[in-house]
Amino acid sequence: MKLNKIALDDLPWIIEYESDKCMLCGKCVASCSFSAIKVGVQKRKKVRAISNEEGFSIDSDQKAIPVIQQNIDENDYCRGCGICTKVCPNGAIRPVRNKTEIFGTRYRSKTGESVKRGGRTNLHTEGRTLDKIKVGRISQMTDPSLDALRHTFDLRTNLGRVLNPKDIDLEIVNGELQPSKTKSIPPNRSIYPILIGDMSIGALSPRMWEAVAIAVAYLNEVKGIPIRMSTGEGGLPEKLLRSRYLKYMILQIASGHFGWNRIIDSMPYMQEDPAGILIKIGQGAKPGDGGLLMAEKNVKLIQEIRGVPKADLLSPPNHQGLYSIEESVQKMFLSLNCAFKFKVPVAVKVAASATSVSVYNNLLRDPYNIVGGFFLDGIAGGTGAAHEISLNHTGHPIVSKLRDCYLTAVRQGKQGQIPLFAAGGVGMNGNLAADAFKLICLGASGVFIGRLVLQMAGCVGNDFGKCNACNTGRCPMGITTQNPKLAKRLDIDQVAQNIVNYICATDIELKKLLAPVGNSTLPIGRSDALICVDKNVADRLDIQHVC
Amino acid sequence: MCRIGAIKSKKYIHPSLALKLMRSQQKGHDNSGFAFVMQDLGGIFENYKNLPTLSMACSDAGMKIAEDYLHSLGFVRVFQFTPEVYPDAKLDIKTMPNYVFEVFQYPKTYKNASKEEKEELLVNSRLKLRKLLEEDDEGYVYSFWEDVLTLKEIGNPKDIGTYFNLWGEDVNIRSKIITAQCRQNTNYDIVRYAAHPFFLQGYTTLTNGENTFYEKNKLAQKNLHKAYIGFESDSQCFLYTLHYVHKILKWPLKYFKHVLTPLPYEEIEKRDDKEVLTRIKTSMANLAINGPNTTIGVLPDGTMLSVEDSKKLRPTVVCKHNDMVIITSEVCGANEIMPDRNSNDDIYTNEREIVVVDNDLNIERIPQ
Ligand code: SF4
Ligand code: SF4
Repeated sequence: MKLNKIALDDLPWIIEYESDKCMLCGKCVASCSFSAIKVGVQKRKKVRAISNEEGFSIDSDQKAIPVIQQNIDENDYCRGCGICTKVCPNGAIRPVRNKTEIFGTRYRSKTGESVKRGGRTNLHTEGRTLDKIKVGRISQMTDPSLDALRHTFDLRTNLGRVLNPKDIDLEIVNGELQPSKTKSIPPNRSIYPILIGDMSIGALSPRMWEAVAIAVAYLNEVKGIPIRMSTGEGGLPEKLLRSRYLKYMILQIASGHFGWNRIIDSMPYMQEDPAGILIKIGQGAKPGDGGLLMAEKNVKLIQEIRGVPKADLLSPPNHQGLYSIEESVQKMFLSLNCAFKFKVPVAVKVAASATSVSVYNNLLRDPYNIVGGFFLDGIAGGTGAAHEISLNHTGHPIVSKLRDCYLTAVRQGKQGQIPLFAAGGVGMNGNLAADAFKLICLGASGVFIGRLVLQMAGCVGNDFGKCNACNTGRCPMGITTQNPKLAKRLDIDQVAQNIVNYICATDIELKKLLAPVGNSTLPIGRSDALICVDKNVADRLDIQHVC
Repeated sequence: MCRIGAIKSKKYIHPSLALKLMRSQQKGHDNSGFAFVMQDLGGIFENYKNLPTLSMACSDAGMKIAEDYLHSLGFVRVFQFTPEVYPDAKLDIKTMPNYVFEVFQYPKTYKNASKEEKEELLVNSRLKLRKLLEEDDEGYVYSFWEDVLTLKEIGNPKDIGTYFNLWGEDVNIRSKIITAQCRQNTNYDIVRYAAHPFFLQGYTTLTNGENTFYEKNKLAQKNLHKAYIGFESDSQCFLYTLHYVHKILKWPLKYFKHVLTPLPYEEIEKRDDKEVLTRIKTSMANLAINGPNTTIGVLPDGTMLSVEDSKKLRPTVVCKHNDMVIITSEVCGANEIMPDRNSNDDIYTNEREIVVVDNDLNIERIPQ
């Protein structure tokens, strides 16, 4: 009796298989990184009645036929990635979503473990706020729209502390302004308003990470799009640290401090300053929870880069020993600023939450003027591994939190002084430009993306439970795995090309949104350009309600 | 679209000239208002150049409120001019019961006060006065400043001219600088305060166009200076930015353009002064404008200027003849009152420059 075992219809995905179409090439089994299917045999017995002079007699034959079978196992189960369908020459196999699955219950009962997975929230309990907002300030006769393809646009934003005009230390010499010789002002970079968010080289395969880095360099050097990439926690290869490409990288320091030994060791050899430093306090995909790097992914190379032994790695959610916001400013910002001789903007990333406004408020009062950016990460983001319960059930949506932060700065007359960057499901509907534009109008200086980059690279996962196995180290596309065989599936050049193409397309689309509102520069805080059909949302965000 | 114009003359001139300048540009306005600011006054005001003049339109109650308040501060009225009005039911004009042009002696306690202290007093008094009058909608105070006279009225410009008898060449009211505008702005309610020119501490601006960064500008400016209030028009932002850059930060005038429409980063990169321009662009992003605009301005010392948006979507032309310079939004205006100038010398303000007219009427083009 198998009654107590996990059953096929408990699983989230059921393999639909047509044995008459199957030619048993075995490609599906070979390519399934989850070992969710196997070659099995089925006993087939045919019984025939043969009529003869005596009336009829019975004839039977019995065969064992090889077939493809689904594994029923709480570790090796189908994630619905559909790689089998992709490789099958005959279209004989496909995963079908099982709407009545109770896998989560079975898994917990069986293992005593929390369900973990990659990807972002899979519970779509309400529509996305950003989709309820439209760009509504369309230019008309008195304020002509622009031509997105003909006019020039200046799509740059600031990373770094922006000073009050009175403090920018200019003196008048012979009727000209000149920077004062005695004082210097905080570092500031003008960059593209879309950033590639922090995905660590441990969470991604080195090939994937390299592809992103190549795309970033290409976008900067060939396409003239000054996009920046955050390294994520865990450091980066020494070669890159010492290369001129470091200038496109924002080095992340998270609570685990993983990889910082290497970074510090490389500092005397750096040819270029990094684009910035991002101190990660929290993230929206697993707010208040540490990041996970499962031991499966912590392979030798990653252990070396991070300077850790083989183990599950948990970044504690907070920087331990930080006792208050003021102290964090003093301790971390000052030390990192000192380390980079006050030449590199140092920003902080927090999870969107009820207290993010208080934190931002506090930073706005930073007397040292050294907080170079506030990265606000909302729910619905996420790339690597997390407990499903955190992914699906905790966190704040980004929109109102960003807005609150922006408006608190406005009330103090300090908007833009600590640039706000927003993330959390940005581009979830596939339209990065639209989401970015709306968030910028609501007050963001820029946005950062993660999951979307994986999708540009060919990730087959989606936000409806497909794949989402980034935590397992068995990514079928070679994106979030450290298994060299799987990683090899990833065509680095193709991935880089896809990312470049997507960003170039987004660049055109951003202009397509700027053109009708008649702006040739970023409409940061231009909430009057937005409208919303939902009165509650409109009121909450202080934008125009239309119906 | 508004029609705007400014006249700077070596001799004292009458506002009828501004009205005529506007008349030919009639096609562009909807007859919803006419307003002007006169600076460097002549005529009956010539003897009071160092004393503040209050320009106000109000009810009887408003009049009392204003006078009581100013007296309480110690201001003493030394001269009053009430324009003769010619009411006619046929005229399209929304009138106020009183139009007040009064010259005041500074309070005794300010006898030895510095220029700054006096300026501060005038600004504070005007702001308070505006507030007091606003409470029961008893009137509008347009300017309270030395050597400045302002009138704004709602209605058909031609009829406003007739009502105030501005078509004649009254010798009483004259000045060397007159800025004027026909039609109010379309975006917001037609209220008197919304009419250009806008005036603050000797700075005057008029704008034709659309400031698509109005929201950003407004939110930023609100916190920059106590007198940056009202925002009845998206064009008011130009005045405040000019005032902020020139008066508060004390930067040379040419940086006004760098604040309004900063160069793209790519161009800044190529310049020798890129460090300065980057700092300005970065820090002053909320004061940049991004829409079709053309602005005419006057500085406290009488310098007149013209500046355009970087997309060059609105024109201004600067025309000179003998003792007079005109800056206006449509060349037909200049053709009307300056027909015999050499139009080859007209300057169409470029999208990357400020055209400046000094008190000797020398015209300088300052490239951005
Ligand atoms: S890939 Fe298709 S044809 Fe080949 S074994 Fe799998 S199901 Fe059969
Ligand atoms: S990254 Fe890989 S494992 Fe994660 S959802 Fe995409 S395809 Fe699946």
